[in-house]
Amino acid sequence: MTFINYASREINCKIVYYGPGLCGKTTNLQYIYDTTAPTAKGKLISLATETDRTLFFDFMPLELGTVRGFKTRFHLYTVPGQVFYDASRKLILKGVDGVVFVADSQEERMDANIESLYNLEENLSANGYDLLKIPYVLQLNKRDLSNIIPPDEMVAELRRKDEPVHEAVASTGTGVFDTLKSVAKQVLTELRKS
Amino acid sequence: MTDAPIIMHEEQFQQLRHILNKLRLDSFSRVVFLVDKNGQQIAAQGDIGDLDTTSLASLAAGNVAATGGMARLIGEKEFPTLSHEGERESIHICIIGRVLLVVVFDDRSSLGLIKLRVKQASRDLSAVFDEIARLAEQRKGSEESLFAEITDDDIDSLFN
Ligand SMILES: Nc1nc2c(ncn2[C@@H]2O[C@H](COP(=O)(O)OP(=O)(O)OP(=O)(O)O)[C@@H](O)[C@H]2O)c(=O)[nH]1
Ligand SMILES: [Mg+2]
Repeated sequence: MTFINYASREINCKIVYYGPGLCGKTTNLQYIYDTTAPTAKGKLISLATETDRTLFFDFMPLELGTVRGFKTRFHLYTVPGQVFYDASRKLILKGVDGVVFVADSQEERMDANIESLYNLEENLSANGYDLLKIPYVLQLNKRDLSNIIPPDEMVAELRRKDEPVHEAVASTGTGVFDTLKSVAKQVLTELRKS
Repeated sequence: MTDAPIIMHEEQFQQLRHILNKLRLDSFSRVVFLVDKNGQQIAAQGDIGDLDTTSLASLAAGNVAATGGMARLIGEKEFPTLSHEGERESIHICIIGRVLLVVVFDDRSSLGLIKLRVKQASRDLSAVFDEIARLAEQRKGSEESLFAEITDDDIDSLFN
């Protein structure tokens, strides 16, 4: 849910990174955090297990600059991908303005991608949203590995509408900002319509 | 979208800050702030110093969301207030409609006093938020022009 403050001239939006366990959601945020100027970001908060799996969420605020005199601030969240954390995933989607689905390109993770995408659709609709109507981007991550599925096959399986698709290697940053930009753009374009 | 955006104008913003400031003084607390249920900070007052209120806001919202989830599992609607008492610093959170009032206090105050003052302030805050909702409804369609005028170039320029 966008929050527009005319008094402090700020727009705040919420973007959620979704996807199966270990697909690289936290790595996307970590890369954004590591490569943005200190003035543009706040802390990266990670509520994680001792083995660095996301337990509840990761969070970081990011300022992108001004539009028409309004500071645009994006709140980036990741969900925990492990199947049994479903209750937490549902909570984190509340008030979402845009979603990035991070798919794991490895062959053996295709079933997990499909299951997680179904889960996203379910949890969105439990919160009153429709995947087909919200700002949404598909990221094909881990393109550096050898046992991966060709992009067109992944797209055929995972693309839900005409959403932008970005190939990525989150661990080195390839495609990370392209993904963020394309979801952020859709969120701002949506503001224009509201 | 289920929720309309919260649109805050100067007058209501000042009213909120005024109520928060009064609450802070009356309750002898360190910092008081308002957060929407999704973790976005709306306003803050007090001795903020280097306190990271943005992070605190998102964690407070996560905390309320998690305990609200537990409440529903045991057949409650929500837990309207949450308190966490530390050795010296403590936090009290109160749910007011779609926003959370978060009070950070230390041993200069007490939970009893905080709860009492929060109760009074929440009535005033509710009234302001009702007004914000009423204005949003009334101005629907008339004031959106600001964002309607955003061009593709404006959006692109953010990323360069
Ligand atoms: N080779 C390779 N490894 C990656 C890539 N992206 C992430 N990883 C690694 O995959 C592992 C899991 O990444 P995370 O970002 O923690 O995964 P996650 O999606 O947050 O997982 P959960 O928190 O359990 O949902 C880490 O060891 C990352 O370094 C990539 O593009 N290529
Ligand atoms: Mg993670």
